[in-house]
Amino acid sequence: MPFEIEQIAELARLSLKPEEKAKLKKDLESILAYVDELKKVDTEKVEPTSHVLNLENIFRKDEVRPSSVRDETLKHAPSREGNFFKVPKVIDQE
Amino acid sequence: MLKESIRLAAREGAERIIESLTQRVREVDSRVNAYVQFDPKKIQRSQTKGPLAGVPVSVKDNICTRGWETTCASKILEGFIPPYDATVVEKLRQAGATIFGKCNMDEFAFGSSCETSAYGPTRNPWDLNRVPGGSSGGSAAAVAAGEAVAALGSDTGGSIRLPAAFCGVVGLKPTYGRVSRYGLVAFGSSFDQIGPITKTVEDSALLMNVIAGHDERDSTSADLPVPDYTKALGRGVKGLRIGLPREFFVKGLDPEIEKSVREAARIYQKMGAVIKEVNLPHTKYSVAVYYIVAVAEASSNLGRFDGVQYGFRAAHGNLRDLYFETRDQGFGEEAKRRILLGTFVLSAGYYEAYYLKGQKVRTLIREDYTKAFDEVDLLLTPVSPTPPFKLGEKLTDPLTMYLSDIFTISVNLAGVPAMALPSGFTKSGLPIGMQLIARPFQEETIFQAAHAYEQETKWFKQNPKL
Repeated sequence: MPFEIEQIAELARLSLKPEEKAKLKKDLESILAYVDELKKVDTEKVEPTSHVLNLENIFRKDEVRPSSVRDETLKHAPSREGNFFKVPKVIDQE
Repeated sequence: MLKESIRLAAREGAERIIESLTQRVREVDSRVNAYVQFDPKKIQRSQTKGPLAGVPVSVKDNICTRGWETTCASKILEGFIPPYDATVVEKLRQAGATIFGKCNMDEFAFGSSCETSAYGPTRNPWDLNRVPGGSSGGSAAAVAAGEAVAALGSDTGGSIRLPAAFCGVVGLKPTYGRVSRYGLVAFGSSFDQIGPITKTVEDSALLMNVIAGHDERDSTSADLPVPDYTKALGRGVKGLRIGLPREFFVKGLDPEIEKSVREAARIYQKMGAVIKEVNLPHTKYSVAVYYIVAVAEASSNLGRFDGVQYGFRAAHGNLRDLYFETRDQGFGEEAKRRILLGTFVLSAGYYEAYYLKGQKVRTLIREDYTKAFDEVDLLLTPVSPTPPFKLGEKLTDPLTMYLSDIFTISVNLAGVPAMALPSGFTKSGLPIGMQLIARPFQEETIFQAAHAYEQETKWFKQNPKL
C-alpha cells in the first residue's frame, strides 16, 4: 500500500526535507507490509485491550495545593514574556 | 555492586565510592559513551539517612531529575531542566541515594541498539565495535563497565532487558503498574515501566524495594502492598514449575543462545524445578501489534514537543513554521518514522484496520500468557535472537532492528514482569542473557528463581576488559 507521506507529515506537524521523504516512505511501506500479517488473525469475537490493568477511573479530591513551579518552568522556556510562554501571532492579519 | 557499596558506605560514608566511580568514568567513558550527562561538580551528596547510605545511582535520561537536564537523548529536549524529580528519583533520594549521572539511550527510547541517540551511540563494554542493546544501553553499559553501581532504565518493548542481556547484567521490567511513571517522559503509556539495571539479582531486589509502590501522581500505578523482595532470595526452586514456550525456540534463534538457555533449564531441573514445554501461540504477531499500538501512543505522546514550552525551538516565521521546523530539526530519523507510523494508524479510515486490530490481537497475546500461567509458575526464554550485533549493522533497516525485540515485546503487551539475567558467553566472549517471566505482581517468583540460578553459575563474576 502506498504511504501518503505528505499528508501524514502534515497531520504530524513535520516539515520533512525532500531527501528524507523517499527513505521514510520506503521504510514505512515495508513496515506496513509486515504488520499486514495481522489480517490473518481471526479477531471477530475478541475485545480490544487498551490497558492491561483494567482500571476504573481514579479520582482525587479537587483541592488547591501549593505549587511553586511556575517560575522554574518558565525559566527554561524557549521564549517567555512575563508569566507566559511567547509564540508568534496565532492569527495573521490580512 | 550495590550491596557491597551500601555496606561500605554505611561504615565510612559514600565519598570513596563516588570518587572511584568518577575516576572510572574519566578512564573509560570516552570509549563507552554511557553517559549523556556526567559532571562531578553537579553531584549532590545525599544528606539523607536511608537504606542506600549515600551510594550513587545512575538514571536513564528520560527520567526527570530536578535541576538536571533531561533530554531523552533528543535534540528537541536540549536544555530542558525539569522543575521536579520523577517519583522514582524522589524515592531514591529519600532512601539516601546520590544521583550520579544521566545515562545515554536511544532517542525517546526508540531503538534496540542505543545508536539513535542525538549524543552518539553507546558502545558495548565487552566489544566496543558492538552495540550495547537499547534503548537503556547507557544504563546497562555503565553498570557492566563499572561506571555505575546500579542504574534505572525504562522498558516499553524490551528496553531494559535487551541491553541487560547484551551487556551481561541484570535488568528487571516490573509488572505494569508496579513502579510509578510520574516524571518518566512518556513513550507508550500502556507499556512503559521503569526498572533496575544491576550487576546482581540481589542488587535488583534492593532497588525494587526502594522504587516500587503506589503513587497518587500516577493513576496507573497499582495500589498494592510492596513485599520485601530480598526475602525471595535463597528460597530455592524446588517444586517450581518452569515453562519453556515452544514459540521462543524457533528458526532464527542463534544456536549458542539456544544452548545456553536450554542448559539453564537443565540446571533448574537439577535444582528441583519441574520443566515443562508450553505454548504462547500468538507470539509471532507481537512485533506487528507493538509497531501499531506503541507507535500510536508514541505519536500522541510526542505531540507536546513543539518548541513552545521547553527545549529546542527552531528559527521560524509564523506559528506554523515554529511547529513544523522545530519538529523537523529536533527529532531524529527513528522518532520521525514512529511519529509518522503512529499518526497513520490513528488517522481517519485506518484506525479500525490497524489500531483496533492491533489492540484485539494484543488481547489474544495476553490470554496466551494467562493460559500458560495456569500450567507453570514461570517462563524461561531467550532475551534476544542474536548476540550483540555490530554498530551500524541494523541501523539502515528498521524492520530488522525491530525484530531484535521479538522475545521481549510480548511481555509488555501482556503487562507481566520479566527479568533478563546473564546465562553465559558465546565462544567469542559476548554475553548471553536469559529471560524469566512471571505472573502479574509476582516479581518475587522471578527473584527467587533468578537468584538460585545466579548463585549456581556466578556469571556476574566476569567483567569486561576495558
